[in-house]
Amino acid sequence: MTRTPFEASQTSTENISDHTLVRSSSSLMRIYAVLLRHLYLMKASWPRILEMMYWPSIQMVLWGFITQFLMTNSSYIAQATGVLISAVLLWDILFRGQLGFSLSFLEELWSRNLGNLAVSPLRPVEFLISLMMMSLIRTIIGIVPATFLAILFYKVSIYDLGLPLVLFFSNLLIMGWSIGLLVCALILRVGLGAESMAWLTIFLIAPISAIYYPVEILPDWLQTLAWCLPTAPVFEGMRAILFGEGFQLNLYLHSLGLNLLYFAIGMCIFLWSYHVARKRGLLLQIGE
Amino acid sequence: MIQPSIDVKNLSKAYDDVLAVKSISFSIKAGETVALLGGNGAGKTTTISMLLGILLPTAGSIRLLGEDIIENRFRVMHRINFSSPYVDLPRRLTVRQNLMFFCRLYGIVNAKERIMVLCEELDLYEFIDRPTGSLSSGQKTRVSVAKALVNEPEILLLDEPTASLDPDTADWVRSYLKDYQSRKQAAILLASHNMSEVERICDNVLMMKLGRIVDQGTPSELLHRYSRTNLEEVFLDIARDRASPDIQDGDPPRDNLELGDL
Repeated sequence: MTRTPFEASQTSTENISDHTLVRSSSSLMRIYAVLLRHLYLMKASWPRILEMMYWPSIQMVLWGFITQFLMTNSSYIAQATGVLISAVLLWDILFRGQLGFSLSFLEELWSRNLGNLAVSPLRPVEFLISLMMMSLIRTIIGIVPATFLAILFYKVSIYDLGLPLVLFFSNLLIMGWSIGLLVCALILRVGLGAESMAWLTIFLIAPISAIYYPVEILPDWLQTLAWCLPTAPVFEGMRAILFGEGFQLNLYLHSLGLNLLYFAIGMCIFLWSYHVARKRGLLLQIGE
Repeated sequence: MIQPSIDVKNLSKAYDDVLAVKSISFSIKAGETVALLGGNGAGKTTTISMLLGILLPTAGSIRLLGEDIIENRFRVMHRINFSSPYVDLPRRLTVRQNLMFFCRLYGIVNAKERIMVLCEELDLYEFIDRPTGSLSSGQKTRVSVAKALVNEPEILLLDEPTASLDPDTADWVRSYLKDYQSRKQAAILLASHNMSEVERICDNVLMMKLGRIVDQGTPSELLHRYSRTNLEEVFLDIARDRASPDIQDGDPPRDNLELGDL
């Protein structure tokens, strides 16, 4: 230390005389603060950014080769060459969206920063909005390079889906947030021991989401379950466009309705879990 | 009558069958520094957590700067800050990035200016662009203090602010806090195990044991009451149930008295 506190305070008194805090009570500034904290983290670590792009790109390359093989052996694929690559890219929007939300939350636990946030003016809803924004940023970083690689390697452009792509993207992202909310609520209740759920939960719904095959392939009772998920109508809607049937509004509305319901349930469960954490004093001590 | 900065009435916290804090009451005025003393498990951290609004009490009321913290904590959180060994600053962020993040979180518009002032006051310049995780304990403590003061809080809650610091750094932090308090007339509540720290910077002391405030007063009052020469001996008397000579059977319990009443 180069100075005594008394020397420091003398200097500071001079500063303080012409230093007045300018305050804002804007929610946007608090949301921006959390975004800023995560963007600083990303900026400082290029492996994190590379990791976000790595899996979607590898998945896309793998399914690209499978598509090329099946094109010569399957009339189904030959009708719409981009069906598998588009499916894998859309599935990754859901996966990255959920993971981006959950990992941004886990980041606060790993760095023991949740207590700082809980004691600040940041409201729980503002915190959740910032996690959603981070999820959007992480998803775009992860998916966009893979979409360009698909064009470059296989001449398949997911952007050919047109405007419906935006609707599919937003639906899948919201579904990812709903699952992320449930995962974070669980972690708040049981601690970091449940962190692996951030990676695993999504695969529970993969078999009945009709990602690579139509819902009608599933047994009857699973079909009912599949139509209770917002994912199945999205992938059916994607296939309808790629097979020339055009945009199916009923499938979109089906997916959107379910999404809004699940998102509301996810929010309620997270906020309830946060309330229980406040009751039990877990916010400062949450860990393994 | 001047409204106290911190006003706690009949505050209790129960975890299932265990009563961690038992109907405590106290108030702290602006410009006053009060210590919360007690052994491990006495209820100090539980009390501070309830004051911060991150632990819901089972019963009682807490008013900070006139607002009910249980119902309306977001009306005052921008005027309060804290430091606790239970939280860290994000380790991979540099000191500057951390301070910028907390400035924005507390709604400080002129953040760069504020960070410069804190750097000047707490001598942070030499490591301002280093990751917080790479700093020594003393440097980290100075950054934690800077974080706790980023919004110029009117109430500062400190849980063991000088734990695990060398005597020189601990002394520096105490001097700085005292200086800040006298400049800003902040109300400071600190939980500590360091008795000399308490004697040096605190106007009043709340002695906790098994979730209750068992005694309170100024450091000199407590020394006089227990006929001791330092607070450590008073602490041991209380911890080992050696009652002060002037506490007689039938005296009213001290835990519901205003500090000024003593």
